[in-house]
Amino acid sequence: MRSFSYQRATDPDMAVQALSAAATANNPLTKATAQPLAGGTTLIDLMKLDVMRPAAIVDINPLARSWSAIEPGSDGLRLGALAKMSDVAAHAEIQRNYPVIANSLKLAASAQLRNMATLGGNVMQRTRCSYFRDVSYENCNKRNPGSGCAAMDGVNRMHAVLGTSDQCIATYPGDFAQALIALDAVVEITGRSGTRSLPFADLHKAPGTTPEIETTLRPGELISAFSIPGRWPRSVYLKARDRQSYEFALSSAAVALDVQDGTIRDARVALGGVATVPWRAREAEALLKGQKFDDGLAQRVADAAFADAKGRRHNSFKIALGKRVVARALQQAVTMEI
Amino acid sequence: MTAAAPEPKANMGHPVPRYDAAAKVTGRATYASDMPLDNPAYAFLVTSAIAKGRIDGFDLDDARQVRGVIDIVTHENAPKLKESKLFSNGGYAGTTIQPLKSADVAHDGQIIAVVIAESYEAAREAANRVKVSYTAVAPSASFESPGTTTTAAKGQNAQFKEDPEVGDFAKAFDAAEVKLTASYDTPTQHHNPMELFTTSCAWMGDNLVIYEGSQYVYGLKNGVAEQLGIDADKVRVVNPYVGGGFGSRGSMTPRTAIIAGIAKRLNRPIKLVPTRDQGFTIATYRAETRHEIRLGAGRDGKLVALRHDGAEVSSRPDAYCVGGTKTTTRLYACPNVASLVSIVRADRNTPGFMRSPPEVPYLFALESAMDELAVKLNMDPVELRRINDTTVEPIGGKPYTSRSLMACFDEAARAFGWSQRSPQPKSMSDGDWLIGYGCAATCYPTQMAPSAARVRLQRDGRTRVEIAGHEIGTGAYTVIAQTAAERLGVPLEKVAVFLGDSDLPPAPVAGGSNSTASTCSAVMMVCDRIRQRLFKAVTPSDSLADKAKETVGISQAPSTQAAQSDRPLDIEKAFDALGVGIVEEYGEWKPEGAPLDSFTAMHSGHARLVGGHQMKDRIAYAFGAEFVEVRVNRFTHEIRCPRLVGAFAAGRIMNPRTARSQLMGGLIWGMSSALLEATEIDERNARYVNDNLADYLVPVNADVPGVEVILLSEQDDHINPAGVKGLGELANVGTNAAICNAIYHATGQRIRKLPVRLENIEA
Repeated sequence: MRSFSYQRATDPDMAVQALSAAATANNPLTKATAQPLAGGTTLIDLMKLDVMRPAAIVDINPLARSWSAIEPGSDGLRLGALAKMSDVAAHAEIQRNYPVIANSLKLAASAQLRNMATLGGNVMQRTRCSYFRDVSYENCNKRNPGSGCAAMDGVNRMHAVLGTSDQCIATYPGDFAQALIALDAVVEITGRSGTRSLPFADLHKAPGTTPEIETTLRPGELISAFSIPGRWPRSVYLKARDRQSYEFALSSAAVALDVQDGTIRDARVALGGVATVPWRAREAEALLKGQKFDDGLAQRVADAAFADAKGRRHNSFKIALGKRVVARALQQAVTMEI
Repeated sequence: MTAAAPEPKANMGHPVPRYDAAAKVTGRATYASDMPLDNPAYAFLVTSAIAKGRIDGFDLDDARQVRGVIDIVTHENAPKLKESKLFSNGGYAGTTIQPLKSADVAHDGQIIAVVIAESYEAAREAANRVKVSYTAVAPSASFESPGTTTTAAKGQNAQFKEDPEVGDFAKAFDAAEVKLTASYDTPTQHHNPMELFTTSCAWMGDNLVIYEGSQYVYGLKNGVAEQLGIDADKVRVVNPYVGGGFGSRGSMTPRTAIIAGIAKRLNRPIKLVPTRDQGFTIATYRAETRHEIRLGAGRDGKLVALRHDGAEVSSRPDAYCVGGTKTTTRLYACPNVASLVSIVRADRNTPGFMRSPPEVPYLFALESAMDELAVKLNMDPVELRRINDTTVEPIGGKPYTSRSLMACFDEAARAFGWSQRSPQPKSMSDGDWLIGYGCAATCYPTQMAPSAARVRLQRDGRTRVEIAGHEIGTGAYTVIAQTAAERLGVPLEKVAVFLGDSDLPPAPVAGGSNSTASTCSAVMMVCDRIRQRLFKAVTPSDSLADKAKETVGISQAPSTQAAQSDRPLDIEKAFDALGVGIVEEYGEWKPEGAPLDSFTAMHSGHARLVGGHQMKDRIAYAFGAEFVEVRVNRFTHEIRCPRLVGAFAAGRIMNPRTARSQLMGGLIWGMSSALLEATEIDERNARYVNDNLADYLVPVNADVPGVEVILLSEQDDHINPAGVKGLGELANVGTNAAICNAIYHATGQRIRKLPVRLENIEA
C-alpha cells in the first residue's frame, strides 16, 4: 500500500467535490487519484496488492445517513447505495417480493463481508482475475492498457465466456448486479451537476478495446441509489460454485418470471460468473414470452443464452454448466410457491 | 461427556480441556510475531517475478524515496551466509536454493531483495517501488513441461533407501484372473497455516534470539548458527505457540539466516512479516505426483500381484521425495509386489513435508485402485479389504505390532450406515442430488525419536516440565501436563509446562506424528526418576521402593492408582528426608532401535526418527477406516460432502478431546484435498497463480456439516513406553480415495485426478 491522504465527506457535495478535483477526463476512473471508500472490501485489498494506488481516499460512509434507505413501495423498490448487503438480504419484504435480490446478496461473500460491504460498492467491485491482481505481471490490459493479457492463454478457469474481447476475458465477479440487470433497475447517480438516472444495464462497459474503462460513470460521480420497478415474487438466483459458501460463482442465473394461467407473460434472465459485465440474456428471454413452460423450452432458452459464448483452455466447461444452471433456475422459478 | 470430549474407553486418558485453551481464546497466547522487540526495524521481502533466469539490475531510486527506508538488501550487498545441506542429506535446510547469493533466479517468488524500514508500511511501500530487470529463461513448470529430467529416487535421496519388492510381480500379474491398471494424479498443495512465515531476530551482543513459528526449534537453532558461522549455543529460538505447521515449519527456510544477518549488520532487531502469497514461494509445499497402480487378484478377491509406480516433482538441485511405496506395498497381504519411485526435476522451489507426506498421495492411488478392483470383482469394498487383511507385512515378513484395520472398518461402517448402501452406481438420490457412499483405509507409520525432558517437583506438589517440544495446535501442552500429573500423582492444575524454546531440553521435530510418543515417553522416564528418588528417601530398601513404585502414587490427593489399603507417599516427608526444597531430574530417552549417535544428533538438531517399517523385527502403523457420503448435483454437478465418519485405532489415546480434534481436522482436510485444494501453476512461466486464500480454496463451515470421529480402544506394548502411535497425520490419508470412491458410486464416473471439481463430472 502506498501513502494516501484521507478525507471524510460529510455531505454528497463534499464527496463529489473531492472526487472531481482529482479526476481527469482522459484517465479511467479506476485510475483516478482520488477514490471513494465505502465498505472498503475491494478497494483496500487492491491497494494492499498495489493494483490501485490512489493518492487520496474520500470516505463516503457518513453519507449513509441519507443514502442507505431500503424503501419497498407498491410500484417498486428503492435501495440506497450505502445500504449494507446484509441488511437488504435480511429484509422481509425483499425476501417476499424480490427473492432474486435477497438471494443474490445472501449467497455472496461471507457474513462478515456482507456486514461491511455496501450495495454501491458491490456493483462496482472489480474482477478477481489473478493476473489483474498480481502486479508482477506487466501484461494486463486492464491495469496497463496495451500491455497484453496474461489470462488469455494462462490459467483461466474462472474467466468469462461471454462479452469477452481479444483484450480481456476477466469475469465480472458480483452476484447482486445480475438481479439488478434482470429487473431493469435504474441507477441514481450524484455528480457535479446534480442527480441523473441511468439504466443499470448501461452502467458497466464490456472490455472491447478499452478494458481499463469499466463503467460509464463520469469523474466525481457516485452511485446514490438503485430503483427497481415492479415486484418480482417469482424470481430465483441460482449459483454454482466450488464450495458451499463464501465463493464466487462459476456460473449463476438470475431469473424472474411473470406467469399467468400457465403462460409466461414476462421473463428476465441474467447470467453471472460467465461474463465480463453483468449480463442480460435478452434473446433467451424472448423465447420465453408468451409460451407455456416445459423442459424443452428451458433447454432452448439456455442454448440461446450461451449462443455467443467462447471458451478458452480452462473455462469451456462454463458453457455447458451455464446452460444447465439457466435451465434449472427456470424450472425452479416456474415451480416455486409464491 | 460431550461430542468434543468423548468418554474415554480402555487405554485412554481423560478428555481434559486444553492447557492453553483460555490463553488462546482470549488472545493472550503469544505467537512469534507478538513478541515485543526493543526498537525494531521492519523487513519486507521482494520476490522474483520469473522462475528462471538472471537479475540484470535493480532500480532502487523510487524505493529509497519512501520516508523511513533504512536499507535495501540485494544479492549485491547481502550478508554472506554459509550453505546448509538439505535436511535429508544431514543438513537443516528445506531447500539448498540460497537466495541473495547471486543474480540467479531458480524458482518463482524467490527472495531477491529485502527492504528494511522504520515501519511495516514504509517497507511494504518501498518494496512495491523496487524495479527489477531480468533476463528470463523458459522454465520447466511440471510433468508436462519440456526440459525436465526424470531419474529413480533410489540413490538420490538418502532417506529413500529402497523400492520395495517381493516375489515375481510380472509373472503373477500376467497370470492373475482379474487385473486392474490405472493412473492417478495429485496436485500441488500448500499448507497455508494461519500464522504467516514471520521471523523476528534480535541480537544481544553475540547472542541471537529468533522468534519464529517452527516445528523444530533445535533444528532451526543449529541451522541458523551454521549459516551464520557461529556457535549454536549463541542462538536461541523461541515460539511458545505455533499457528499451525502441517510440515511447513519442519525444516529451515532461507529467510531466517538472512534476517538474522541483516539484524546483525544494522545492530537492530528486525521483524519480518511476509504476505500470504509470499508464503507460497518462500517455504515448502506438497509437490504434484503421478501414479500407476497394477493389481492382480483371484476371483476370490485375494491379491496376487501389486505394483505401484510413483513420480514426484522436485527442484533442480534437491532430490526431495516422499516415496509412499514404503506404505502401499505393505498394507495388504500380497505375495508378488514391485514398485518404483521417480523424481522429476523442474524449475521449482524444493517441495517439503506436508501432513502425511508419503501416505496422502500414494494411498489415494492404492485405495482408489482397491475400490476399482472391488467393482471388477463385484465385491463389497470392505470385504475386499477383509480378504486381504494381514498381520504380517509382505515385503519383509515382519509382524505388525498391532493392527485394528478391520475393527475400524466395522465400527465406522456401523456408525455410517454402510449396510444401507445400494451397491449399484447412480442408484441413490435425493431430489436434485445423486448420493454416493464410499470408503477407504487410512494408515500412518508409528514413529518415535530421542527426546529429553527436565521435570522439577516442589514440596507443595507444584511441577514444572521443560521440553523444547512444539505446540502447533495439536495439544502438546495438554498431553505432556497429563503425563506428568499422572506419573507423579500430582493434581493436573499444579503442572506447568514450558515448550517452544531451544534453551530447554531438546525434543524432536514436531513431524511424522512422533511428538506425543517421544516427548511423553521422555517425561514419563524423568518423572519415574523423581518417584524413585522420593521413594528411596523414605523407603531405604531398594526392593521395597520398587514395590512401592508399582502400587502407589505420590499424590497429595488420593491417587487413582492407589489401592484402598495403600496410602500415597507423603511428599513432605520425602522432601524432609532428602533435605531439599526441590527435586529436579533431567533425562534423555531414546526409542528401541535408535542409532548410536541419537543423543548427539538430538542436541545438534537432527531428529533420528525410527519406527514404521524400519523397526528391526516388527512394523508399527496406526490404522483407521473412513466412510463418506457425497452428493453430486444433477444440474450443476456441484460436489458436496455432508458426512464424514472415521474410526481410528492408534494405541493409547492420551486425551480423547485433543485426539478427536486432530482426527476431525484431518478428515476435513482430507475432504478439502479431494474436492478443493490445488495450487494452480501457469505452465508458461512456472509461477503459482492462486497464491491467496480467496483463490486457493479450503472448506468453510457450510462444507462440513457432519464429521464423526470414533476412537477405538487399542493397546500396543511394542512401540514405546507411552504406548502411543501418534495420530495427527492419520486421518487425512484415506479421505481422498473415500471421496472419489463415493463419487463413483454416486455417478458411475471414476475420477483419478485430484481435486475433483464440477467440470470433471460428465453429464
